[in-house]
Amino acid sequence: MKTFAEMNFPGRLIAVEGLDGSGKSTQIYLLKRWLEAEGIKVYFSEWNSSELVKSATSKGKKRELLTPTTFSLIHATDFADRYERHLVPLLRAGYIVLCDRYVFTAFARDVTRGCPPEWVRGNYSFACAPDLTMFFKADLEVSLNRILEGRPKLKFFEAGMDLRLSTDPYESFKIFQGRILDQYLAMSKEFNFVIMDANESVEKQQVLVRKLVSEKIDLKKFKRRSPLPLPPSLAGDRDSKEELEDKAA
Amino acid sequence: MSAKTTHKFYGHGIPRVKAEDLGGKLIVVEGADGSGRSTQIAELVNWLETNGRPTVQVGLKRSTLVSEELEKAQEGNVLSRTTLSLFYATDFADQLSNIIIPALKAGFIVLADRYIYTLMARDMVRGMDEKWLKNLYGIAPVPDAVFYLSVEPEELVQRNLSKKATLDYWESGMDLGFSRDVFDSFLKYQEAMGEAFRQLQKTYKFEIIDANRPVNSVNKELRKKISAVIDGE
Repeated sequence: MKTFAEMNFPGRLIAVEGLDGSGKSTQIYLLKRWLEAEGIKVYFSEWNSSELVKSATSKGKKRELLTPTTFSLIHATDFADRYERHLVPLLRAGYIVLCDRYVFTAFARDVTRGCPPEWVRGNYSFACAPDLTMFFKADLEVSLNRILEGRPKLKFFEAGMDLRLSTDPYESFKIFQGRILDQYLAMSKEFNFVIMDANESVEKQQVLVRKLVSEKIDLKKFKRRSPLPLPPSLAGDRDSKEELEDKAA
Repeated sequence: MSAKTTHKFYGHGIPRVKAEDLGGKLIVVEGADGSGRSTQIAELVNWLETNGRPTVQVGLKRSTLVSEELEKAQEGNVLSRTTLSLFYATDFADQLSNIIIPALKAGFIVLADRYIYTLMARDMVRGMDEKWLKNLYGIAPVPDAVFYLSVEPEELVQRNLSKKATLDYWESGMDLGFSRDVFDSFLKYQEAMGEAFRQLQKTYKFEIIDANRPVNSVNKELRKKISAVIDGE
Protein backbone atom coordinates (compact mmCIF):
# COMPACT_ATOMS: atom_id res chain seq x y z
CA MET A 1 0.00 0.00 0.00
CA LYS A 2 1.64 3.23 -1.16
CA THR A 3 0.95 6.65 0.28
CA PHE A 4 -0.44 9.53 -1.74
CA ALA A 5 2.99 11.21 -1.56
CA GLU A 6 4.62 8.08 -2.96
CA MET A 7 2.06 8.06 -5.75
CA ASN A 8 3.00 11.67 -6.55
CA PHE A 9 -0.29 13.22 -5.62
CA PRO A 10 0.16 16.93 -4.94
CA GLY A 11 -2.21 16.66 -1.94
CA ARG A 12 -1.76 14.85 1.35
CA LEU A 13 -4.15 12.70 3.36
CA ILE A 14 -4.24 12.55 7.13
CA ALA A 15 -6.37 9.91 8.85
CA VAL A 16 -7.39 9.40 12.43
CA GLU A 17 -8.38 5.99 13.76
CA GLY A 18 -9.45 4.66 17.11
CA LEU A 19 -12.37 3.22 19.02
CA ASP A 20 -15.63 5.10 19.47
CA GLY A 21 -15.06 7.43 22.39
CA SER A 22 -11.29 7.72 21.89
CA GLY A 23 -11.63 11.44 21.19
CA LYS A 24 -10.29 11.21 17.61
CA SER A 25 -13.15 13.21 16.11
CA THR A 26 -12.52 16.13 18.46
CA GLN A 27 -8.83 16.08 17.58
CA ILE A 28 -9.34 16.06 13.83
CA TYR A 29 -11.94 18.82 14.13
CA LEU A 30 -9.47 21.03 16.01
CA LEU A 31 -6.81 20.22 13.44
CA LYS A 32 -9.18 21.27 10.67
CA ARG A 33 -9.93 24.59 12.40
CA TRP A 34 -6.23 25.31 12.72
CA LEU A 35 -5.42 24.47 9.09
CA GLU A 36 -8.32 26.61 7.89
CA ALA A 37 -7.12 29.51 9.98
CA GLU A 38 -3.66 29.11 8.46
CA GLY A 39 -5.26 29.53 5.02
CA ILE A 40 -4.60 25.98 3.95
CA LYS A 41 -6.72 24.13 1.39
CA VAL A 42 -8.37 21.54 3.58
CA TYR A 43 -11.24 19.07 3.20
CA PHE A 44 -12.80 16.86 5.84
CA SER A 45 -14.40 13.50 5.12
CA GLU A 46 -16.15 11.23 7.54
CA TRP A 47 -16.62 7.45 7.50
CA ASN A 48 -20.04 6.29 6.32
CA SER A 49 -21.23 9.65 5.02
CA SER A 50 -21.76 9.29 1.28
CA GLU A 51 -25.16 10.74 0.42
CA LEU A 52 -25.70 8.09 -2.18
CA VAL A 53 -25.22 5.06 0.00
CA LYS A 54 -26.49 6.42 3.29
CA SER A 55 -30.15 5.49 2.85
CA ALA A 56 -29.27 1.86 2.09
CA THR A 57 -26.92 1.65 5.06
CA SER A 58 -29.40 3.11 7.50
CA LYS A 59 -32.18 0.87 6.19
CA GLY A 60 -29.92 -2.16 6.60
CA LYS A 61 -28.98 -1.14 10.11
CA LYS A 62 -32.48 -0.26 11.24
CA ARG A 63 -34.02 -3.48 9.97
CA GLU A 64 -31.00 -5.49 11.12
CA LEU A 65 -30.66 -6.82 7.59
CA LEU A 66 -26.89 -6.80 7.41
CA THR A 67 -24.61 -9.81 7.46
CA PRO A 68 -20.85 -9.48 7.99
CA THR A 69 -20.42 -9.63 4.20
CA THR A 70 -23.03 -7.03 3.29
CA PHE A 71 -21.97 -4.84 6.22
CA SER A 72 -18.46 -4.86 4.82
CA LEU A 73 -19.48 -4.29 1.21
CA ILE A 74 -21.89 -1.46 1.89
CA HIS A 75 -19.21 0.41 3.82
CA ALA A 76 -16.75 -0.27 1.02
CA THR A 77 -19.27 1.19 -1.44
CA ASP A 78 -19.63 4.27 0.75
CA PHE A 79 -15.88 4.65 0.94
CA ALA A 80 -15.40 4.14 -2.81
CA ASP A 81 -17.97 6.82 -3.56
CA ARG A 82 -16.23 9.37 -1.34
CA TYR A 83 -12.82 8.25 -2.56
CA GLU A 84 -13.53 8.52 -6.27
CA ARG A 85 -15.75 11.58 -6.22
CA HIS A 86 -14.12 13.69 -3.52
CA LEU A 87 -10.81 12.46 -2.18
CA VAL A 88 -8.98 11.72 -5.43
CA PRO A 89 -9.91 14.95 -7.24
CA LEU A 90 -9.13 17.02 -4.13
CA LEU A 91 -5.79 15.30 -3.63
CA ARG A 92 -4.96 15.91 -7.26
CA ALA A 93 -5.81 19.54 -6.73
CA GLY A 94 -3.34 19.77 -3.86
CA TYR A 95 -5.67 19.66 -0.88
CA ILE A 96 -4.94 18.40 2.60
CA VAL A 97 -7.67 15.83 3.16
CA LEU A 98 -8.60 14.89 6.70
CA CYS A 99 -10.37 11.57 7.23
CA ASP A 100 -12.22 10.63 10.37
CA ARG A 101 -11.62 6.88 9.95
CA TYR A 102 -10.10 5.32 6.86
CA VAL A 103 -9.79 1.76 5.47
CA PHE A 104 -8.28 0.53 8.76
CA THR A 105 -11.69 0.85 10.39
CA ALA A 106 -12.94 -1.77 7.93
CA PHE A 107 -9.83 -3.90 8.38
CA ALA A 108 -10.45 -3.97 12.14
CA ARG A 109 -14.23 -4.14 12.27
CA ASP A 110 -15.05 -6.47 9.40
CA VAL A 111 -12.39 -8.94 10.44
CA THR A 112 -13.78 -8.88 13.98
CA ARG A 113 -17.14 -9.74 12.38
CA GLY A 114 -15.56 -12.79 10.76
CA CYS A 115 -14.70 -11.60 7.24
CA PRO A 116 -11.38 -12.99 5.98
CA PRO A 117 -8.64 -10.31 6.28
CA GLU A 118 -7.31 -10.90 2.74
CA TRP A 119 -10.79 -10.47 1.29
CA VAL A 120 -11.42 -7.18 3.09
CA ARG A 121 -7.98 -5.80 2.26
CA GLY A 122 -8.34 -6.88 -1.34
CA ASN A 123 -11.63 -5.03 -1.67
CA TYR A 124 -10.03 -1.80 -0.43
CA SER A 125 -6.85 -2.23 -2.45
CA PHE A 126 -7.86 0.58 -4.83
CA ALA A 127 -7.11 3.08 -2.05
CA CYS A 128 -3.70 4.61 -1.33
CA ALA A 129 -2.37 4.72 2.22
CA PRO A 130 -2.65 7.94 4.23
CA ASP A 131 0.47 10.10 4.49
CA LEU A 132 -0.11 10.20 8.23
CA THR A 133 -2.31 7.95 10.34
CA MET A 134 -2.80 8.83 13.99
CA PHE A 135 -4.24 6.13 16.17
CA PHE A 136 -5.88 7.41 19.34
CA LYS A 137 -5.33 4.85 21.99
CA ALA A 138 -7.27 5.24 25.20
CA ASP A 139 -7.74 2.68 27.91
CA LEU A 140 -10.66 0.53 26.91
CA GLU A 141 -12.48 1.52 30.11
CA VAL A 142 -12.08 5.23 29.30
CA SER A 143 -13.50 4.85 25.79
CA LEU A 144 -16.36 2.73 27.03
CA ASN A 145 -17.25 5.20 29.76
CA ARG A 146 -17.27 8.13 27.34
CA ILE A 147 -19.69 6.36 25.03
CA LEU A 148 -21.83 4.77 27.68
CA GLU A 149 -22.19 7.96 29.70
CA GLY A 150 -23.33 10.19 26.88
CA ARG A 151 -25.48 7.83 24.87
CA PRO A 152 -27.26 5.35 27.04
CA LYS A 153 -28.96 3.49 24.19
CA LEU A 154 -26.59 1.42 22.05
CA LYS A 155 -27.51 0.59 18.49
CA PHE A 156 -27.62 -3.03 17.35
CA PHE A 157 -24.61 -3.10 15.03
CA GLU A 158 -22.67 -0.54 17.05
CA ALA A 159 -22.84 -2.89 20.01
CA GLY A 160 -21.84 -5.83 17.80
CA MET A 161 -25.10 -7.57 18.72
CA ASP A 162 -25.01 -9.37 15.36
CA LEU A 163 -22.03 -11.34 16.67
CA ARG A 164 -24.11 -12.83 19.48
CA LEU A 165 -21.36 -12.16 22.00
CA SER A 166 -23.84 -11.47 24.74
CA THR A 167 -27.56 -10.80 25.05
CA ASP A 168 -26.78 -7.67 27.05
CA PRO A 169 -25.95 -4.79 24.68
CA TYR A 170 -23.49 -3.23 27.14
CA GLU A 171 -21.64 -6.44 27.69
CA SER A 172 -21.65 -7.13 23.95
CA PHE A 173 -20.34 -3.63 23.21
CA LYS A 174 -17.46 -4.09 25.64
CA ILE A 175 -16.36 -7.42 24.19
CA PHE A 176 -16.77 -6.14 20.64
CA GLN A 177 -14.74 -2.98 21.23
CA GLY A 178 -12.04 -5.00 22.95
CA ARG A 179 -11.70 -7.24 19.92
CA ILE A 180 -11.59 -4.30 17.53
CA LEU A 181 -8.85 -2.74 19.63
CA ASP A 182 -6.84 -5.97 19.36
CA GLN A 183 -7.20 -5.86 15.57
CA TYR A 184 -6.07 -2.24 15.43
CA LEU A 185 -3.02 -2.89 17.57
CA ALA A 186 -2.07 -5.93 15.51
CA MET A 187 -1.88 -3.85 12.31
CA SER A 188 -0.41 -0.68 13.80
CA LYS A 189 3.18 -1.42 12.77
CA GLU A 190 2.35 -2.67 9.31
CA PHE A 191 0.54 0.57 8.47
CA ASN A 192 2.79 2.98 10.38
CA PHE A 193 0.23 4.21 12.86
CA VAL A 194 1.45 7.01 15.07
CA ILE A 195 0.06 6.02 18.45
CA MET A 196 -1.43 8.93 20.36
CA ASP A 197 -2.04 8.78 24.07
CA ALA A 198 -5.76 9.49 24.18
CA ASN A 199 -5.80 9.47 27.98
CA GLU A 200 -4.05 12.87 27.89
CA SER A 201 -5.99 16.14 27.98
CA VAL A 202 -7.59 17.31 24.72
CA GLU A 203 -5.35 20.41 24.64
CA LYS A 204 -2.11 18.48 25.13
CA GLN A 205 -3.07 16.00 22.45
CA GLN A 206 -3.89 18.79 20.01
CA VAL A 207 -0.49 20.43 20.53
CA LEU A 208 1.09 17.12 19.63
CA VAL A 209 -1.22 16.59 16.64
CA ARG A 210 -0.30 19.99 15.18
CA LYS A 211 3.38 19.37 15.79
CA LEU A 212 3.24 15.98 14.06
CA VAL A 213 1.37 17.40 11.09
CA SER A 214 3.76 20.29 10.59
CA GLU A 215 6.76 18.00 10.84
CA LYS A 216 5.35 15.51 8.38
CA ILE A 217 3.89 17.97 5.87
CA ASP A 218 5.37 21.18 4.51
CA LEU A 219 2.21 23.14 5.17
CA LYS A 220 3.12 26.37 3.38
CA LYS A 221 2.92 24.50 0.08
CA PHE A 222 -0.77 23.94 0.66
CA LYS A 223 -1.87 27.55 1.19
CA ARG A 224 -4.66 28.98 -0.86
CA ARG A 225 -3.41 31.48 -3.38
CA SER A 226 -6.07 33.98 -2.42
CA PRO A 227 -7.49 34.19 1.06
CA LEU A 228 -11.00 32.91 1.71
CA PRO A 229 -13.69 35.48 0.94
CA LEU A 230 -14.51 37.78 3.88
CA PRO A 231 -18.07 38.60 4.91
CA PRO A 232 -19.50 41.46 2.77
CA SER A 233 -19.24 44.03 5.59
CA LEU A 234 -15.46 43.58 5.71
CA ALA A 235 -14.80 42.70 2.11
CA GLY A 236 -14.78 46.24 0.69
CA ASP A 237 -11.16 47.13 1.42
CA ARG A 238 -9.65 43.91 0.28
CA ASP A 239 -11.68 43.77 -2.94
CA SER A 240 -10.54 47.17 -4.07
CA LYS A 241 -6.96 46.31 -3.22
CA GLU A 242 -7.21 43.09 -5.23
CA GLU A 243 -8.71 44.94 -8.14
CA LEU A 244 -5.73 47.27 -8.15
CA GLU A 245 -3.40 44.28 -8.05
CA ASP A 246 -5.29 42.66 -10.89
CA LYS A 247 -4.98 45.78 -12.98
CA ALA A 248 -1.30 46.01 -12.21
CA ALA A 249 -0.85 42.41 -13.33
CA MET B 1 -33.07 -35.82 -5.29
CA SER B 2 -30.48 -36.51 -2.64
CA ALA B 3 -30.41 -33.89 0.08
CA LYS B 4 -26.75 -32.97 -0.05
CA THR B 5 -24.35 -32.37 -2.87
CA THR B 6 -21.01 -30.79 -2.33
CA HIS B 7 -20.69 -27.15 -3.14
CA LYS B 8 -17.61 -25.00 -3.07
CA PHE B 9 -16.96 -21.29 -2.93
CA TYR B 10 -14.81 -19.57 -5.54
CA GLY B 11 -12.70 -17.98 -2.82
CA HIS B 12 -13.02 -17.21 0.86
CA GLY B 13 -16.77 -17.74 0.91
CA ILE B 14 -18.83 -15.99 3.56
CA PRO B 15 -18.45 -15.98 7.34
CA ARG B 16 -20.34 -18.61 9.29
CA VAL B 17 -21.45 -20.54 6.19
CA LYS B 18 -19.90 -23.93 5.49
CA ALA B 19 -19.84 -25.02 1.88
CA GLU B 20 -20.63 -28.59 2.88
CA ASP B 21 -23.97 -27.46 4.37
CA LEU B 22 -25.13 -26.34 0.94
CA GLY B 23 -27.30 -28.86 -0.86
CA GLY B 24 -29.73 -28.24 -3.67
CA LYS B 25 -28.62 -27.07 -7.08
CA LEU B 26 -27.46 -23.69 -8.27
CA ILE B 27 -28.12 -23.11 -11.95
CA VAL B 28 -27.13 -19.91 -13.71
CA VAL B 29 -28.38 -18.50 -16.98
CA GLU B 30 -26.22 -15.72 -18.41
CA GLY B 31 -26.69 -13.63 -21.52
CA ALA B 32 -27.23 -10.07 -22.72
CA ASP B 33 -30.59 -8.28 -22.73
CA GLY B 34 -32.42 -9.71 -25.70
CA SER B 35 -30.75 -13.09 -25.48
CA GLY B 36 -34.07 -14.56 -24.31
CA ARG B 37 -32.80 -15.09 -20.77
CA SER B 38 -35.94 -14.05 -18.90
CA THR B 39 -38.24 -16.03 -21.19
CA GLN B 40 -36.11 -19.12 -20.79
CA ILE B 41 -36.00 -18.79 -17.03
CA ALA B 42 -39.76 -18.33 -16.73
CA GLU B 43 -40.22 -21.52 -18.78
CA LEU B 44 -37.69 -23.39 -16.69
CA VAL B 45 -39.29 -22.40 -13.37
CA ASN B 46 -42.63 -23.51 -14.71
CA TRP B 47 -41.20 -26.85 -15.82
CA LEU B 48 -39.28 -27.48 -12.58
CA GLU B 49 -42.19 -26.62 -10.30
CA THR B 50 -44.60 -28.69 -12.34
CA ASN B 51 -42.23 -31.58 -11.80
CA GLY B 52 -42.35 -31.01 -8.06
CA ARG B 53 -38.95 -29.36 -7.65
CA PRO B 54 -38.91 -26.47 -5.20
CA THR B 55 -37.36 -23.55 -7.08
CA VAL B 56 -36.20 -20.07 -6.14
CA GLN B 57 -35.21 -17.27 -8.50
CA VAL B 58 -32.60 -14.58 -8.05
CA GLY B 59 -31.28 -11.91 -10.36
CA LEU B 60 -29.32 -8.69 -10.45
CA LYS B 61 -30.57 -5.58 -8.70
CA ARG B 62 -33.28 -7.38 -6.78
CA SER B 63 -31.99 -7.13 -3.20
CA THR B 64 -34.05 -5.64 -0.40
CA LEU B 65 -30.96 -3.85 0.84
CA VAL B 66 -29.80 -1.70 -2.05
CA SER B 67 -31.83 -2.26 -5.23
CA GLU B 68 -33.78 1.02 -4.91
CA GLU B 69 -30.70 3.06 -4.12
CA LEU B 70 -28.78 1.45 -6.94
CA GLU B 71 -31.56 2.22 -9.38
CA LYS B 72 -31.67 5.83 -8.25
CA ALA B 73 -27.93 6.25 -8.48
CA GLN B 74 -27.88 4.84 -12.00
CA GLU B 75 -30.57 7.21 -13.17
CA GLY B 76 -28.38 10.15 -12.31
CA ASN B 77 -25.31 8.37 -13.66
CA VAL B 78 -23.22 9.80 -10.84
CA LEU B 79 -21.40 6.69 -9.72
CA SER B 80 -17.75 6.11 -10.42
CA ARG B 81 -16.73 2.67 -11.55
CA THR B 82 -15.40 1.25 -8.27
CA THR B 83 -18.46 2.52 -6.45
CA LEU B 84 -20.81 1.02 -9.02
CA SER B 85 -18.94 -2.24 -8.87
CA LEU B 86 -19.11 -2.46 -5.07
CA PHE B 87 -22.75 -1.38 -5.08
CA TYR B 88 -23.62 -4.29 -7.36
CA ALA B 89 -21.50 -6.62 -5.23
CA THR B 90 -23.51 -5.52 -2.17
CA ASP B 91 -26.73 -6.25 -4.04
CA PHE B 92 -25.41 -9.69 -4.96
CA ALA B 93 -24.16 -10.44 -1.44
CA ASP B 94 -27.52 -9.51 0.08
CA GLN B 95 -29.35 -11.99 -2.15
CA LEU B 96 -26.61 -14.53 -1.58
CA SER B 97 -26.98 -14.36 2.22
CA ASN B 98 -30.74 -14.06 2.38
CA ILE B 99 -31.96 -16.14 -0.55
CA ILE B 100 -29.36 -18.31 -2.27
CA ILE B 101 -27.68 -19.76 0.83
CA PRO B 102 -30.88 -20.55 2.78
CA ALA B 103 -32.47 -22.08 -0.34
CA LEU B 104 -29.47 -24.30 -1.03
CA LYS B 105 -29.34 -25.32 2.63
CA ALA B 106 -32.96 -26.41 2.27
CA GLY B 107 -32.16 -28.40 -0.87
CA PHE B 108 -33.96 -26.09 -3.31
CA ILE B 109 -33.05 -25.42 -6.89
CA VAL B 110 -31.83 -21.86 -7.30
CA LEU B 111 -32.16 -20.39 -10.77
CA ALA B 112 -30.02 -17.31 -11.16
CA ASP B 113 -30.96 -14.84 -13.87
CA ARG B 114 -27.34 -13.66 -14.32
CA TYR B 115 -24.63 -14.16 -11.73
CA ILE B 116 -21.19 -12.81 -10.87
CA TYR B 117 -19.96 -13.26 -14.45
CA THR B 118 -22.08 -10.46 -15.89
CA LEU B 119 -20.98 -8.23 -13.03
CA MET B 120 -17.34 -9.09 -13.60
CA ALA B 121 -17.56 -8.72 -17.38
CA ARG B 122 -19.20 -5.29 -17.07
CA ASP B 123 -16.49 -4.16 -14.69
CA MET B 124 -13.69 -5.56 -16.84
CA VAL B 125 -15.00 -3.66 -19.85
CA ARG B 126 -14.81 -0.57 -17.62
CA GLY B 127 -11.19 -1.24 -16.82
CA MET B 128 -11.42 -2.86 -13.40
CA ASP B 129 -8.71 -5.30 -12.45
CA GLU B 130 -9.64 -8.96 -12.92
CA LYS B 131 -7.70 -10.05 -9.84
CA TRP B 132 -9.54 -7.51 -7.72
CA LEU B 133 -12.86 -8.80 -9.04
CA LYS B 134 -11.93 -12.42 -8.37
CA ASN B 135 -11.15 -11.62 -4.75
CA LEU B 136 -14.37 -9.64 -4.37
CA TYR B 137 -16.53 -12.42 -5.80
CA GLY B 138 -14.72 -15.14 -3.87
CA ILE B 139 -17.90 -14.98 -1.74
CA ALA B 140 -19.89 -16.77 -4.45
CA PRO B 141 -20.66 -20.49 -4.46
CA VAL B 142 -19.60 -22.36 -7.59
CA PRO B 143 -22.80 -23.16 -9.53
CA ASP B 144 -23.70 -26.66 -10.65
CA ALA B 145 -24.18 -25.39 -14.18
CA VAL B 146 -23.77 -22.10 -16.04
CA PHE B 147 -25.43 -21.57 -19.40
CA TYR B 148 -24.40 -18.62 -21.50
CA LEU B 149 -27.02 -17.70 -24.07
CA SER B 150 -25.00 -16.49 -26.98
CA VAL B 151 -26.60 -14.19 -29.55
CA GLU B 152 -24.88 -12.15 -32.24
CA PRO B 153 -24.82 -8.41 -31.41
CA GLU B 154 -26.68 -7.60 -34.66
CA GLU B 155 -29.47 -9.98 -33.66
CA LEU B 156 -29.54 -8.48 -30.14
CA VAL B 157 -30.13 -5.03 -31.62
CA GLN B 158 -33.07 -6.33 -33.62
CA ARG B 159 -34.62 -8.07 -30.63
CA ASN B 160 -34.19 -5.10 -28.29
CA LEU B 161 -35.61 -2.66 -30.79
CA SER B 162 -38.57 -4.82 -31.65
CA LYS B 163 -39.39 -5.18 -27.94
CA LYS B 164 -38.79 -1.68 -26.60
CA ALA B 165 -38.14 0.45 -29.68
CA THR B 166 -35.07 1.79 -27.91
CA LEU B 167 -31.67 0.64 -26.67
CA ASP B 168 -30.98 0.79 -22.92
CA TYR B 169 -28.35 3.33 -21.82
CA TRP B 170 -26.35 0.86 -19.72
CA GLU B 171 -26.77 -2.14 -22.01
CA SER B 172 -25.34 0.08 -24.73
CA GLY B 173 -22.40 1.03 -22.53
CA MET B 174 -23.11 4.72 -23.17
CA ASP B 175 -21.16 5.64 -20.01
CA LEU B 176 -18.00 4.39 -21.72
CA GLY B 177 -17.98 6.94 -24.48
CA PHE B 178 -17.40 4.45 -27.32
CA SER B 179 -19.67 6.51 -29.49
CA ARG B 180 -22.30 9.20 -29.08
CA ASP B 181 -24.51 7.20 -31.35
CA VAL B 182 -26.40 4.70 -29.22
CA PHE B 183 -26.67 2.18 -32.06
CA ASP B 184 -22.91 2.14 -32.68
CA SER B 185 -22.22 2.15 -28.96
CA PHE B 186 -24.51 -0.83 -28.39
CA LEU B 187 -22.71 -2.93 -30.99
CA LYS B 188 -19.27 -1.98 -29.70
CA TYR B 189 -20.26 -2.56 -26.08
CA GLN B 190 -21.81 -5.98 -26.74
CA GLU B 191 -18.71 -6.92 -28.70
CA ALA B 192 -16.54 -5.92 -25.72
CA MET B 193 -18.82 -7.83 -23.32
CA GLY B 194 -18.51 -10.93 -25.48
CA GLU B 195 -14.74 -10.54 -25.32
CA ALA B 196 -14.84 -10.20 -21.51
CA PHE B 197 -16.98 -13.33 -21.24
CA ARG B 198 -14.50 -15.23 -23.39
CA GLN B 199 -11.74 -14.05 -21.04
CA LEU B 200 -13.75 -15.21 -18.00
CA GLN B 201 -14.46 -18.54 -19.59
CA LYS B 202 -10.80 -19.40 -19.15
CA THR B 203 -11.39 -19.55 -15.38
CA TYR B 204 -15.10 -20.21 -15.05
CA LYS B 205 -16.73 -22.94 -17.04
CA PHE B 206 -19.80 -21.88 -18.99
CA GLU B 207 -21.72 -23.92 -21.42
CA ILE B 208 -22.34 -21.82 -24.46
CA ILE B 209 -25.84 -22.19 -25.84
CA ASP B 210 -26.57 -20.94 -29.31
CA ALA B 211 -29.55 -18.67 -28.62
CA ASN B 212 -29.91 -17.36 -32.13
CA ARG B 213 -32.45 -20.19 -32.46
CA PRO B 214 -36.20 -20.15 -31.62
CA VAL B 215 -37.25 -20.10 -27.94
CA ASN B 216 -38.51 -23.68 -27.93
CA SER B 217 -35.40 -25.35 -29.27
CA VAL B 218 -33.23 -23.40 -26.82
CA ASN B 219 -35.53 -24.42 -23.97
CA LYS B 220 -35.43 -28.06 -24.97
CA GLU B 221 -31.67 -28.06 -24.88
CA LEU B 222 -31.62 -26.32 -21.49
CA ARG B 223 -34.09 -28.80 -19.98
CA LYS B 224 -32.07 -31.72 -21.20
CA LYS B 225 -28.89 -30.34 -19.72
CA ILE B 226 -30.52 -29.32 -16.45
CA SER B 227 -32.12 -32.76 -16.08
CA ALA B 228 -28.69 -34.28 -16.39
CA VAL B 229 -27.37 -31.97 -13.66
CA ILE B 230 -30.27 -32.66 -11.30
CA ASP B 231 -30.50 -36.40 -11.80
CA GLY B 232 -26.91 -37.20 -12.52
CA GLU B 233 -25.95 -37.56 -8.86
